[in-house]
Amino acid sequence: MGHAHAAASLLPVLALPVLAALAGYAGAAAGERGRGRRWPWARTLSWTAGVLLVAAAVVLVPDGFAGHMAAHLLVGMVAPLLLVLAAPVTLALRTLDVVRARQLSRLLRSRPAQVLGHPVTAALLSVGSLVLLYRTPLLGRMLTDPAVHALVLVHVLASGCLLTAALVGPDPAPHRPGPRVRLLVLLLATGVHGALATDLYAVPPAGVPAAEAREAALLMAYGGDVVHVALAVVLCGQWYRAVGRRRARAAGPARAGRALPA
Amino acid sequence: MTGAPHGARRTPLLRDRTVGGGALIGVAAAAAVDEIVFHQLLAWHHFYDVGTPRAALLSDGLLHAFELLAGVAGVFLLLDARRTGGVDRLRAWGAVCAGAGLFQVWDGLVHHKLLRLHQVRRVEDLLPYDLAWNGAGLAVLALGLVLLARSSRAARAG
Repeated sequence: MGHAHAAASLLPVLALPVLAALAGYAGAAAGERGRGRRWPWARTLSWTAGVLLVAAAVVLVPDGFAGHMAAHLLVGMVAPLLLVLAAPVTLALRTLDVVRARQLSRLLRSRPAQVLGHPVTAALLSVGSLVLLYRTPLLGRMLTDPAVHALVLVHVLASGCLLTAALVGPDPAPHRPGPRVRLLVLLLATGVHGALATDLYAVPPAGVPAAEAREAALLMAYGGDVVHVALAVVLCGQWYRAVGRRRARAAGPARAGRALPA
Repeated sequence: MTGAPHGARRTPLLRDRTVGGGALIGVAAAAAVDEIVFHQLLAWHHFYDVGTPRAALLSDGLLHAFELLAGVAGVFLLLDARRTGGVDRLRAWGAVCAGAGLFQVWDGLVHHKLLRLHQVRRVEDLLPYDLAWNGAGLAVLALGLVLLARSSRAARAG
């Protein structure tokens, strides 16, 4: 049985969460505008693109290892960037009623959430689990069993969102380490991701033809590079704006006699 | 940039964003030349060399990651230098050359020789290739240091 056929049978299962995600976000954003508060269209666009990308990657991706790799790149790296930059938590905090919003914000500030959302944890869960996936018999199970593949995709999406949010999330994150630590984590994650891609090129996983493994490895290496550079641009851009704001604040009230901090 | 680069006059070399940003961009530029000329055009270097140990693969992955992120971070550091007093062109170019040269020599000595990750070219007699590779790196590094020294002198002279 072709894998694409199995994926197509997922369509009805997938339709409900996809529609809920799209409608929920669009409704909340429209509500914000209705109350006269700004919610950038770019964020709604980013969210919609992210959700549709996940759906497309799950349903349309072809058979084989390279196809899976393409799906993983889209679901685990590109879509999370689009989803996280849409600031869904901020939107939820603004639109939920007070009690619910407080519960959500308490949950986000809780100790487990802090540990889970730390860039190092998030990187281990996301890039670390790739090592497990590609270097253990889990890969064989995933390639043959659509249910296992669905679970893996959910994990790839969730851990990708976690890492992206930990690195560049626009949602409030009071305990997040500074940009230097986050850039260092991005560096290590990028390095391990690239090394794993080269390793897959060198030693194909059990049961995968060498040519297909190489195609997948190159896709992982270069596709990964593109998204990692995009993450670095967003991260450095946030640092650049934050430094500018900090300087303006420092220079604002006491401009006289105060030098710009280096 | 016109105007007096007064940021460059007082700041120590290593904390100077013009120098830091320029050097990082230099690293990224040298890496880009390596990728475009030696991997893609000449195909002397390869995505992977048979027999490379896994530890070396990890080091190569980290180095590649550093090259990518260095370019991005370097651009933002220079942008920040530009909005806080301007970028001294001589100093920026000096830093770019120093970063590129340093990277080339690092690649030539540590990666090619120490870790034996890959060689300049798969040939019998590597010596001319190694001399050219590291010599070019050293020359660019020296040029960068001369430019940096000159910009420091010019800043001191005011």
